[in-house]
Amino acid sequence: MNMRIKLTKDDRNGFLFALPWIIGFLLLSVYPLVMSLYYSFTEFNFISDPKWVGLDNFESLFSDRRFFKSLGNTCFYAFVATPILLVIALLLALIANKRFSLRGVARTVFFLPSIIPMVAATMVWIWMFDPTYGYINNFLALFGIEGPAWLINPKTTKWALVMMGSWCTGTTMLVCLAALQDVPKSYYESASLDGANAFQKFIHITVPSVAHVLVYQAILNLINAFQYFTQVYVITTASGGNTSGASGGPENSILMYPLYLFHNAFIYQKMGKASAMAWILMVVVGLLTIVMVKLSRKATSNAGVE
Amino acid sequence: MNMYKVRKDVSKVIFYFFVLALFAVFLSPFIVMVTTSFKTLDDAFTVPVKILPREWTFSNYGAAVERIPYWKYMGNTAYITMLSLVGELLVVPLIAYSLSRIKWKGANVISGLLMATMMIPYTVTMIPLYRTWHALGLTGTYVPLIAPHFVGHAYYIIIMRQFMKGIPNSLFEAAKIDGANEFQRYITLAIPMCKPAITTVAIYTFNAAWSDYLAPLIYISSKDRMTLSLGLQQFLNEFTVDWTLLMAAAVIFVLPVVVLFFIFQRNFVEGVATSGLKA
Repeated sequence: MNMRIKLTKDDRNGFLFALPWIIGFLLLSVYPLVMSLYYSFTEFNFISDPKWVGLDNFESLFSDRRFFKSLGNTCFYAFVATPILLVIALLLALIANKRFSLRGVARTVFFLPSIIPMVAATMVWIWMFDPTYGYINNFLALFGIEGPAWLINPKTTKWALVMMGSWCTGTTMLVCLAALQDVPKSYYESASLDGANAFQKFIHITVPSVAHVLVYQAILNLINAFQYFTQVYVITTASGGNTSGASGGPENSILMYPLYLFHNAFIYQKMGKASAMAWILMVVVGLLTIVMVKLSRKATSNAGVE
Repeated sequence: MNMYKVRKDVSKVIFYFFVLALFAVFLSPFIVMVTTSFKTLDDAFTVPVKILPREWTFSNYGAAVERIPYWKYMGNTAYITMLSLVGELLVVPLIAYSLSRIKWKGANVISGLLMATMMIPYTVTMIPLYRTWHALGLTGTYVPLIAPHFVGHAYYIIIMRQFMKGIPNSLFEAAKIDGANEFQRYITLAIPMCKPAITTVAIYTFNAAWSDYLAPLIYISSKDRMTLSLGLQQFLNEFTVDWTLLMAAAVIFVLPVVVLFFIFQRNFVEGVATSGLKA
């Protein structure tokens, strides 16, 4: 059997140029991915070697109240914050796309929060959320409203996170803006000639032309929500001088899934259990990614037909 | 004047009022950060809170950089950022060149896998990588923070590849006829023409490395090897947080990022817009 694949000079060059990526892919993606699947069936800490325990980790997760709490918190954030964030991003994009004297300033102001280091931004927000001295409650007091203890009351903690998230929609806003700029002006002009008002133009021209981008961004936001970590880590380690370091906020109300995973791995040193959590997360994110790729293929093929 | 014009003017005023209110909301964290950093502690803890300091003080900045080894942490952060930049700028154009300008069997496979690797959650690879670095005796050093930058970040490769695809083929053909080999064509043609994309990647890398929190949190434990993002946390761990100092520390930390943003705003925006749509 002679099934020799003929390698050209281009094949050799292409391979050599891409070699750093190939090495990184094998060592930093494939290897850890496989190992973490294996680890999810084992038990170990920083110093011990993994010991096979079968499905024990998954069983212990499914009887762990905090696991479900963290899953619930993350789902709440994912499915409540995402639509709010998208609506805000679209609104900001519409403003940034409108012809008026402050358009350039608007683009800068709306995007700026997205580049600020998350740690610093979170700390500023913690200060703004301070029930007594924070700017938010002092602002509300101007209207005679008594603001809640945002990060202390378990009923409001997640809404505080939603507010922080809404401030950081710059990336989604920019992608929406790019989609809006692709809409031919003639669509709006002919609609005006037909006597359509602004609202009708928005529903019949603007929304359909950004719909595929919004769906794509929605899934991307969901995926990001499942990886929401830094903000809640900073908030939970800031509130109170708890020495264990494993806080999920008031009544674990902001114990997000990745935060609980982190606690399991690096504080309780249950690395096997943390790996099991990681693989459950991997499956969820993987499914969302497949949906996203399918939808974006469909969107591009639709655009090709038009 | 006529009613139509009046109505138009009124709606214009309302629109501007709305936009300015939005500006205030989006800028408020910046305003809070800066104004608090110039307040005295008494001033910051007086109700009702005033936006501007009653008396301006600059002492918070001096005190903040004394409270933690601020310049040391900034040096550490700058060192990590510099080496991360070297890594990404060395390999990202190479890989992007392979995927966009060389016709070879692996190019499509890798292009497909790029997106897939971007979707792998950090938490999934975190534990095995931690174990590996630990086994190599490298936890506590900067190697686990820097090394990943030497294999190229998928997102940056995608940005660079899109850009390289746009270079006209005729230039490369001409150089080929002149006897330039692949590497010469890469160095003399592709690199100089990709300056805008290289700038974009450099800025993204700077931002990512400068702001990185999770990796230093996992790998760096000794106090004098910490980065600024971890250092800021030390202000919060105190029994009562001195917000005026923390805000001053945050201002210095955030400043380089903001300055870069204003200089290279176009690169920031284009990077997001191209890859966000076409990824």
